[in-house]
Amino acid sequence: MRVLMFGWEFPPHIAGGLGTACYGMTRGLAKNDVSVIFVMPKAYGDEDQSFARIVNASDVETTYGHVGDSELWEKLTFIHINSNMVPYIGPEEFESYTRQQRESGRFDTQGDLWKERYTFSGKYGANLMEEVARYAMVAAQVARDMAGEFDVIHAHDWLTYYAGIAAKRVSGKPLVVHMHATEFDRSGENINQKVYNIERTGMQAADRVIAVSNLTRNIVIEKYGIAPQKVVTVHNAVRFASDDAREEERNVPDKIVTFLGRITYQKGPDYFVEAAAKVLKRVKNVRFVMAGSGDMMNHIIRRVAKLGIADRFHFTGFLRGDDVRKMFALSDVYVMPSVSEPFGISPLEAMKSNVPVIISKQSGVAEVLDYAIKVDYWDVDALADAIYGLISYPVLAKLSSQRGLKEVTNLKWEDAAAEIANVYRSVL
Amino acid sequence: MKKIICLYFQVHQPLRLKKYRFFNMGKDHYYLDDQTNRAILHKVARGCYLPMNDLLLQLIRQFDGKFKVSFSMSGIAIEQFRAYAPEVLDSFRALAATGCVEFLGETYAHSLASLANQDEFAEQVRQHSQTIKQEFGIKPKTFRNTELIYSDAIGAQVAEMGFTTMLAEGAKHLLGWKSPNYVYANAINQKLKLLLRNFKLSDDIAFRFSDRSWSQWPLTVDKYVGWLRDPDMPGEVINLFMDYETFGEHQKADTGIFEFMKYLPGAILAGGDLSFATPHEVAAKLQPVSVLHVPYATSWADEERDVTAWLGNELQNEAFRSLYEMRDKILKLNSPDMNHVWRFMQISDHFYYMATKWFSDGDVHSYFNPYDSPYDAFINYMNVLSDFKMEVDKQLALQEKEGNLQQESVPA
Repeated sequence: MRVLMFGWEFPPHIAGGLGTACYGMTRGLAKNDVSVIFVMPKAYGDEDQSFARIVNASDVETTYGHVGDSELWEKLTFIHINSNMVPYIGPEEFESYTRQQRESGRFDTQGDLWKERYTFSGKYGANLMEEVARYAMVAAQVARDMAGEFDVIHAHDWLTYYAGIAAKRVSGKPLVVHMHATEFDRSGENINQKVYNIERTGMQAADRVIAVSNLTRNIVIEKYGIAPQKVVTVHNAVRFASDDAREEERNVPDKIVTFLGRITYQKGPDYFVEAAAKVLKRVKNVRFVMAGSGDMMNHIIRRVAKLGIADRFHFTGFLRGDDVRKMFALSDVYVMPSVSEPFGISPLEAMKSNVPVIISKQSGVAEVLDYAIKVDYWDVDALADAIYGLISYPVLAKLSSQRGLKEVTNLKWEDAAAEIANVYRSVL
Repeated sequence: MKKIICLYFQVHQPLRLKKYRFFNMGKDHYYLDDQTNRAILHKVARGCYLPMNDLLLQLIRQFDGKFKVSFSMSGIAIEQFRAYAPEVLDSFRALAATGCVEFLGETYAHSLASLANQDEFAEQVRQHSQTIKQEFGIKPKTFRNTELIYSDAIGAQVAEMGFTTMLAEGAKHLLGWKSPNYVYANAINQKLKLLLRNFKLSDDIAFRFSDRSWSQWPLTVDKYVGWLRDPDMPGEVINLFMDYETFGEHQKADTGIFEFMKYLPGAILAGGDLSFATPHEVAAKLQPVSVLHVPYATSWADEERDVTAWLGNELQNEAFRSLYEMRDKILKLNSPDMNHVWRFMQISDHFYYMATKWFSDGDVHSYFNPYDSPYDAFINYMNVLSDFKMEVDKQLALQEKEGNLQQESVPA
């Protein structure tokens, strides 16, 4: 089986968990005899290509405008989202374009001149909507170029849904869309209507919708009105590098309780701070670390200062690569108090590092874990209680980390990918 | 009318902390960014201290003792001169030897101790006086607190420490209709005389000299001396207090600031109605015209002239509280290494970097700030402080253990 997959990022260049999940998934699919053509904007060239063929959307020339190839137009409805941008032109095209303009004083609309190459920034940015639209146009071209090389189309998150739809219309192949997060998870109730519309359009146009948890599946059904029989839950898995188990020398004698993630509303950092203050009233030999950055960071720093716990509550800023491993290795408790978390991969990484975890009941990952302590995100007392228990009763921490490690080792992408392959089969 | 011109220049360079992350804690106990500190000191020495000291020495010789200036130099700056630029100290010693230069007392660490703890404040002032005596052979008689921070209570304590004169900001909200160009007295202890900064005429040089959008630009010596002489501006003394780094750093050499200073004394002395004196001489010569009531701490910083540039938000207050609650332990430990850290952690600049009031005074704040944001400054400072606290606790425990062992070994 062959799949044309549309993503937005891929390791090592990632801004969120989507890239990591895509990587694990393509590896798992490869083990299930599914080959993947992965399309993403702006490939850097140093991604691991042993399991997926990476097609750089920026390298595919596409037809743009109302002249030239008319065949495309029969298969593609032009998608335009509030875009007033002139597409970027490669240096050579730009030179001939301007020379021609100088010499003739007019635009020649024939030939390759209008076959322009778009340069995607590949980062989440202010002109995201425009990039989404242009990505869809490139997707149609990709689907045409790759005709006969794939059986099913798989699109990850709303950013690539228009691309998936475009590819489906050009090729006539079935479309699977994957909900890693909904707009409600990202923005609470104040959703961005444009994003919501793209998500709903994508799911309506898809033959199947994959949700990363039952929590997400319910949101998809209730808030987007998608037919329940079309929506399948496939829980994420986690993939660990083999050298993950290295010991790290402890730098402080105290117990360390860690929050690791974006410091945004969705992740519930303020509940972590309030719980920390409560714990620190009782015990002194504990330190709290908030690793990450985000739009609530300054607010959190002020709150920590106001509570008078700044000499026991530390910030590391955004961590990457080896520092993440180091942080887990130094931690005695990992806390993920997310207000809304479609899945949540980092508690699994913590468990893999033998760290007991506390997660909110409002996270998808809670559905697959038995040996994590689960609390309501808003229940600061319960959270403080759980933290206190794990740092004060070694037997509890030991049980939690040992069983947790076993549990998390059984969450394999190979198994998740097998379920995804079943979804593909169901639409063929 | 005769007026005295009193020049005082502040010499201070903070010891900047290096980027100190959570992962450093417990492992790395060296907190300073030596490379940056040395590089900045060298740059300022080349651009300001050395050429300006040369110029002042020439002027003192040229006017045969009629031209006088005063300096206040933080202990932290002296430490750095000793380590990185001893030639700067030599040139200050040459100035001291002319007898026309007064060195003022301040806190050793250029700290905010006067706002935190009286004992610590007194200790740092004592330490600073000792250092000045050692370096320049002069015991300071006039006091100027960090950033001209002053209140009735601080003034009274300074008088108790044996100082006869103190410098303060001529803030509008304190003076009201009164003029800064007279000597005033402390409200609690009237023996302490106060010299108030004329902020308009001081800032004309320190801040506005090269400002092309200023209506008075370019500032010439004639124009400036005209303002000093202005019969509409009454008074007995005009106190021009500013950072020494004004010359060659804040106002670069190409603005003409050195030429301005080269010809200013001559123009001032030419008329015979203006003369120079050091703060101590001014206080000896002039009688206070009134007491000055300053119930709350003032400073020379920002529009508000208060202490909110250092202690104005919860980050600064928390860092400050967290630091000074350590004092008893530091005293008990009494270790030279730990005392050194304790001192440089008190440098007021650390708290200045955490200021969030960027708006009207943003230019000055950002100019001095090595951090991207006050939050970064806070995080870094607290990381260092946390590690320092752990180290102090560790050493105290060790000391206690040794003490117990010694007691045990003493035969009954």
